[in-house]
Amino acid sequence: MRRIQVRVNGDTYEHEVEPRLLLVHYLREVLNLTGTMVGCNTSNCGACTVLMDGESVKSCTVFAVQADGREITTVQGLAENGKWHPMQSAFHEMHALQCGYCTPGMIMASISLLKEKPNPSEEEIREGLEGNFCRCTGYENIIKAVQLAAQHMDHPTATS
Amino acid sequence: MTEAPERYVGGGVPRKEDPALVTGEAKWTDNIKLPDMVYVAFLRSPLAHAKITHLDVSAALEQPGVVAAFTGEDLAGEWGPEGGEAERGPGYALLPEEERPEVPETEVIEESPAGEESAQAETFSFCVWPVTEGGLPVTEDMKTPTHWPVARGEVNFMGEAVAVVVATDRYKAQDALEFIEVDYEPLDVVVDMESALEENSPLVHEDIGTNVCYSLGLENGDVDDAFNRADVTVKERYIQPRLIPNAIEPRAVVANRDPEHGEYVLYSATQVPHIAKFVLSLSVGIPEQQLRVVAPDVGGGFGSKLNVYAEEAIALALTRRLGVPVKWNEDRSENYQATIHGRGQIQDIELAATNEGKILGMRVKLLADMGGYLQLLTPGIPVLGAFMYPGVYTFDAYSCEITGVFTNLTPTDAYRGAGRPEATYAIERIMDALARELNMDPTEVRRKNFYEPFDEPTDTPAGIQYDSMNMQAALDRVLELGDYEGLREEQRRRRENNEPVQLGIGFSTYTEICGIAPSQVNAQLGLGGGGWEYANVRFLPSGKVEVGTGTSPHGQGHETSWSQIAADALGITPDDIEVLHGDTAVVPLGRDTYGSRSLAVGGIAVHLACEKVIDKAKKIAAHMLEAAEDDIEFEGGQFSVVGSPDQNVTIQDVSQAAYLAGDLPEDMEPGLNENFTYDPPNFTFPFGAHVCVVEVDTETGKIELRAYYGVDDCGPVINPVIVDGQLHGGLAQGIAQALYEEAIYDEDGTLATASMVDYMIPGAPELPNYTLERTVTPSPSNPLGVKGVGEAGTIGSPPAVINAVVDALEPFGVKHIDMPASPMKVWKAIQNAQGRQAEAKEYDASLQDRAADVRQEGGDE
Repeated sequence: MRRIQVRVNGDTYEHEVEPRLLLVHYLREVLNLTGTMVGCNTSNCGACTVLMDGESVKSCTVFAVQADGREITTVQGLAENGKWHPMQSAFHEMHALQCGYCTPGMIMASISLLKEKPNPSEEEIREGLEGNFCRCTGYENIIKAVQLAAQHMDHPTATS
Repeated sequence: MTEAPERYVGGGVPRKEDPALVTGEAKWTDNIKLPDMVYVAFLRSPLAHAKITHLDVSAALEQPGVVAAFTGEDLAGEWGPEGGEAERGPGYALLPEEERPEVPETEVIEESPAGEESAQAETFSFCVWPVTEGGLPVTEDMKTPTHWPVARGEVNFMGEAVAVVVATDRYKAQDALEFIEVDYEPLDVVVDMESALEENSPLVHEDIGTNVCYSLGLENGDVDDAFNRADVTVKERYIQPRLIPNAIEPRAVVANRDPEHGEYVLYSATQVPHIAKFVLSLSVGIPEQQLRVVAPDVGGGFGSKLNVYAEEAIALALTRRLGVPVKWNEDRSENYQATIHGRGQIQDIELAATNEGKILGMRVKLLADMGGYLQLLTPGIPVLGAFMYPGVYTFDAYSCEITGVFTNLTPTDAYRGAGRPEATYAIERIMDALARELNMDPTEVRRKNFYEPFDEPTDTPAGIQYDSMNMQAALDRVLELGDYEGLREEQRRRRENNEPVQLGIGFSTYTEICGIAPSQVNAQLGLGGGGWEYANVRFLPSGKVEVGTGTSPHGQGHETSWSQIAADALGITPDDIEVLHGDTAVVPLGRDTYGSRSLAVGGIAVHLACEKVIDKAKKIAAHMLEAAEDDIEFEGGQFSVVGSPDQNVTIQDVSQAAYLAGDLPEDMEPGLNENFTYDPPNFTFPFGAHVCVVEVDTETGKIELRAYYGVDDCGPVINPVIVDGQLHGGLAQGIAQALYEEAIYDEDGTLATASMVDYMIPGAPELPNYTLERTVTPSPSNPLGVKGVGEAGTIGSPPAVINAVVDALEPFGVKHIDMPASPMKVWKAIQNAQGRQAEAKEYDASLQDRAADVRQEGGDE
């Protein structure tokens, strides 16, 4: 067992964990932050995507001990004072989700994408999200949502 | 007078489902944690066909955190309507290791302590055809293999559960699997359907004595005569690869027994809580009234969760045995092996036609891969398809012969479209073959055989009745959308210039069978359940409304769409409505969600339940307004006296009066609470016309999807945003079948594409945007005229894509590419065709030829 200290969605946690415990299971089972999902265990589907120190990682292939001393943001940490992150609003507005199982990971990956490229082209969005599978939407509306969020985040005063 | 509220049906009302889903607050089965809950892991067979010669779980029991471990024999007394009756000592609960009771030995279970006759079931299957008393097989010759939830003695596909470990956490359960001792004696494996039918083939089920599950023939008109009279005939063979559905949420199950009431609760990531409740009650011997099944938020299904699975039965049996809540999460590799696959057919199809392109007759022979066992609907999937081979074309003579074949592969069952994508692919591909044969434009040969537009039930060659159709309008519009003439012009130019990148234009004009199903048809097919759907609409004392629906959405947005339907019918806003679903305790009746049935059956039930509410409310309103009922009109949530609009009451006033019940018409029941169980008189038949435009690099075989145009007609639309979303996702899955996805087994029955690493699920870069429009042809079968849209994209798109690829390669003499059309297959097809042209050889459409191609692809070339 190893003691780790992790800051998750603004709160600091300390736990003794097995070295093999996956970050996604630490979030889900230990912290009860069930907004982050497991889809494939092989780092392909991206349902488990979270931000670690601002960078997107697939939490099913990160050990909890690797998050020691780091800052993790999950979909449950995006809203501020009950107000959704523009990416959450854009997914809702553009009908970019159906069953919603991939959505938390897709939203986190999209936020990470816009951090790297604030005004991506459609092709850049498609390439940027290649590590996140959605089986319901065919991606078209996800692309539109990321474009819409990019507009809103670029002009934070704009509302819709 | 208040202004009439807006109408919500037809509007893109934002989804009610989204807030929980975009904030991470959704309630997935995997989120459930209960006190003392234990976790299940399965040891699964690595072999496709083998005898289990030795199996010992005792070392696993010694591992840290392990609570129990069982073989199939240990659990043999759990199954069937009398399951769990055998005495087996106290439950274990979570005891310290030293206090933990011994796991019962096989022998103990088989002989009940009093020496009475064993309650052990002799056969077992999850298939709905034989499971119910009075249920009939699909055909009289149908064979149903016994399918124990945990294997007993023999395994019949890779991934079949062989032993179960229960531990205090999922890691420990998984660890302990390593300590189970198991020896197998490999048996000859049946992988290929045609070999399976050869006389000396090894048998999947020795006791059944044949690899034929069933055979079914359907014939209308004089097919032989049609072929004798024909000017031209075309004959093709198409292969439907096996597909792995890949809902992004793997399956998950939590079973628990309410300690106070003794009721069992099963939480399951399922599309079918109501069907599961019934089938599981018979499968595990829990009386139906003591079993509650809950489908919490469910992360996609696509048919893969339209089933009742071993793991659900096992979780119930284990919670009954151990006395603690039991949880199982499927991991993705289990999902690839132990959740059903789709497709898996060999289709031989022939058309007889005149020189003018008019179809005279069609013959279809199907081999359909059942896999190692029959799951819930396995044998029925090709039968559903059999009705749809004639497609949107009217002619006189049609025959279809289906042979269901057992193989040592994962069982097949419904995957998005379920029989109809296969049928649509075959007819739409062979229409292009006919067009080539006659040197006609593919749109022309289609038009020659379309039905004249109709809006009343019309007989089809397959002996069913389509509800309404106007193919001409859909095709005209999609040709405009895509600028067909412009595309052909560009194609001519590229061909003339011998450009390395060629343009292909592919069509699919399709219809599908939805709104499953009229109960009479289910009964004729021997299915152990009706096709109706149930709704309950109730005003609450506050004037708000609850709508209970027997449909069980998992991404389709029923909460939003049903709210729109009820809002319009009741004259209130969607925000005042809560749609309840997915819990057999909350909505006691239902037939769940699959087969594009939810709107055309369940949505109609909601609408009709609302009408019943209004009928009753009108009587109360008349009483309140002291007017005759006939003089009351209802508009925009308000009842008023005809001619005196000032005399009015709102529906909320009426609902309050109904609940106060102090002053109601004589003999009237209090409350506004109505049920409707709607049994559709016919199926519904959405249709559409798709055009796929591809650019094929003839030097590398790479296919670029340049554009995809669709004009789909699913009748009046409740929520256009949701309908477009369904089409996008359906198209994506159809394109995936055409270009990317295939479950590949080796000759030993080992799944080579056993993870997302090896199975090509398209990501965002692999898929195009879609240009979609609609025509609206209402169905005469239901009061809203709606048809359903969940599978249309998946059904319409595969032939459009492959027809486009073949069209691009026409100058090379290529007439066929198998799905999935990988760059390698395209490149080879070009090389082969050119070689053939050089040698002036006829194109050989035999399977052997193409199977050799496939083998070479993985091999030395």
